[in-house]
Amino acid sequence: MSLTVLNVLVAVVIAIGFAALNAAYLVWAERRGAARIQRRPGPNINGPFGLLQPPLDGIKLMTKQIMIPGGADKILFMVAPVLAMAPAILSFVTIPFSDTIVAHNMDIGLLMIFAFASMGALAVLFAGWGSRNKYSVMASVRAVSQNVSYEIPMLITAITVVMITGSMDLKTITAAQTGGFWNWNIFPSLHSPLMPLSFILFFICSLAETNRAPFDLGEAESELVAGFHTEYGSMGFGLFFMGEYANIVIGASLTTILFLGGWDCPFGLFPGVWWFLLKIYLLIATFIWIRWTFPRTTIYGLLNLSWKILIPLSLFNLLLTAGLLKVF
Amino acid sequence: MSAPIQLQPGETFILNVGPQHPATHGVLRVKMEMDGEYIVKAETVLGYVHRMHEKMGENRTYAQYLPNLSRLDYLGALGYTHGHVLVIERAAGIEVPERAEYIRAITVELNRLASHLFWFGCYVMDLGGFSPLMYALEDREYILDMLEAVTGARLTYCYYRFGGLYNDVDDDFIEAAKRFIPRMRKSLKKYAALVTGNIIFQKRLEGMGPISAEMCRKYGATGAVARGSGINFDVRKNEPYSVYPEFDFDIPVYHEGDSMARYKVRMDEMEQSLRIIEQGLAKLPGGPIMAEKKPKNIKLPVGDFYQAVETARGSFGIRIVSDGDKNAYRLKLRSPTYSNMHLFDEACEGMMIMDALAFMGSLDLVIPEIDR
Repeated sequence: MSLTVLNVLVAVVIAIGFAALNAAYLVWAERRGAARIQRRPGPNINGPFGLLQPPLDGIKLMTKQIMIPGGADKILFMVAPVLAMAPAILSFVTIPFSDTIVAHNMDIGLLMIFAFASMGALAVLFAGWGSRNKYSVMASVRAVSQNVSYEIPMLITAITVVMITGSMDLKTITAAQTGGFWNWNIFPSLHSPLMPLSFILFFICSLAETNRAPFDLGEAESELVAGFHTEYGSMGFGLFFMGEYANIVIGASLTTILFLGGWDCPFGLFPGVWWFLLKIYLLIATFIWIRWTFPRTTIYGLLNLSWKILIPLSLFNLLLTAGLLKVF
Repeated sequence: MSAPIQLQPGETFILNVGPQHPATHGVLRVKMEMDGEYIVKAETVLGYVHRMHEKMGENRTYAQYLPNLSRLDYLGALGYTHGHVLVIERAAGIEVPERAEYIRAITVELNRLASHLFWFGCYVMDLGGFSPLMYALEDREYILDMLEAVTGARLTYCYYRFGGLYNDVDDDFIEAAKRFIPRMRKSLKKYAALVTGNIIFQKRLEGMGPISAEMCRKYGATGAVARGSGINFDVRKNEPYSVYPEFDFDIPVYHEGDSMARYKVRMDEMEQSLRIIEQGLAKLPGGPIMAEKKPKNIKLPVGDFYQAVETARGSFGIRIVSDGDKNAYRLKLRSPTYSNMHLFDEACEGMMIMDALAFMGSLDLVIPEIDR
């Protein structure tokens, strides 16, 4: 019994540590990447290559006073940032980094991650409503409708993968894809020739789920000032910021597990955690690259894309996969 | 704690955009009556940076007033001082050497390019794309360096004098300008590939904020706004001044009247400005840069004088009523953005806020120039 408690504690500490470290250093990577794209140096003063920038930013944010705007709903205002960060950290618990490194494997790991991911919308709604700011309310309403409409095609695409693998256990899903890149779910197999398309669908949905450009309508800097976190300063803002990056890591991990074979090596050699990390960081680099290349879409363009293109496509893919699974 | 907000169905609320909003690029306030995300009515509120430039023109001598003109539109300042020196020279009958006029045309076009580049970057940033701003600023930096070398200032130039120029251009400037032209052409191709060809960008601009030619005439819109609505009017062609008749250049006109048309007009104008600079550098005559006979204290004859010039934002007019004294009796500035901005109230009705702000960016507003 005591051993299990210790195990859980160690797992939670590692998960929080991994999430926080990733969030902090992805901010640095994003700023350096953006600077490279925009032909400017970026943060390079503090430490070698500016590597001390994230901890210093953290200290700065933590030493700032928490300002609650007059008339705001204090409880919702304070709960929202925690609610933005907590589900992202909890989701790390069930992600298998390799066949041995997983904090707590669950039969319904995929379902758990989606359940926690949809709590992110709640955080945004609380933040917008609790701030008592017209810009925040508008932004949070946008963000929630965006999250709702993108979770549907994302889930349908995930169900396609679950149908092929026959399991919601993330470890089993990955194990079914081992043995070289031809076994990965992204590549067309007998199951469904549309798998590359559903990979792209899933990738677009995870971009939209994390409220990042070109779908950053919840923040929409040039329209709604700073969106749902307009009124947040100090660590409240810091938690939203870290939550966003933690969600990016979750999104990239999930994409890797469902489509890119998790910890599997493309050539069938030396599978391990390094392949998993390499894949998720490549995906994250793509996230960053996309953000600094594209302008923002409109809210109706975004919803049209989801309801008129992504959902019918993912449903069609689901049907096709089901049919082909029955035939073969 | 105050009472919770309870909106009845169909009830609207007031949203204050500005005076400190990132999309207005200055201290412009737009009072929007909103129905959800839709704008029912918008009202632009001016006056946050009003500095009484017109009144100052009546209290200062003409030469003292010259630096004021570059404080109107800080992004394309040379065009405004050009208008002022032209009206004074015509009224006082001062002959300007040809070399000075050529250099004026070259520097004004360089300034127009710098202004359009800044607009381009900021506009894409308004739409959520950050990187093109940095590329545009890098190109603009070359222009500012060149202009700094000859004028001594980077933004608020006071380079032109009544009867000529403050300073002659040197070989370095000419070399730098010649190097800059092919570089800029390459950059324009890059912008076309990166921004104009982007599907999200096209979807956001096409058909957005349509302005009819009648509406342009009603509000007196000029510049790229009018030319994007199919009105072929450019002061450089229609009421030629300076040495513009000697250059071979086109006026880009688009008939759609949407944000994309205005965007394309400005992008094409950059290309045309490059052509003018190229020809100006090739034709640049020698000789003095300052008129020989020029009164020390300029006094205009009694009368009413008006001069329009095409600045980066549209037709800028300066009207001076003189009673024969060394400063103006009455002075009126017709600033292009002031007229262009008033379109916004009418045109944005029924738009969503994100489209309205994207539309506002396409008008290329510079607030100090509206408020004067």
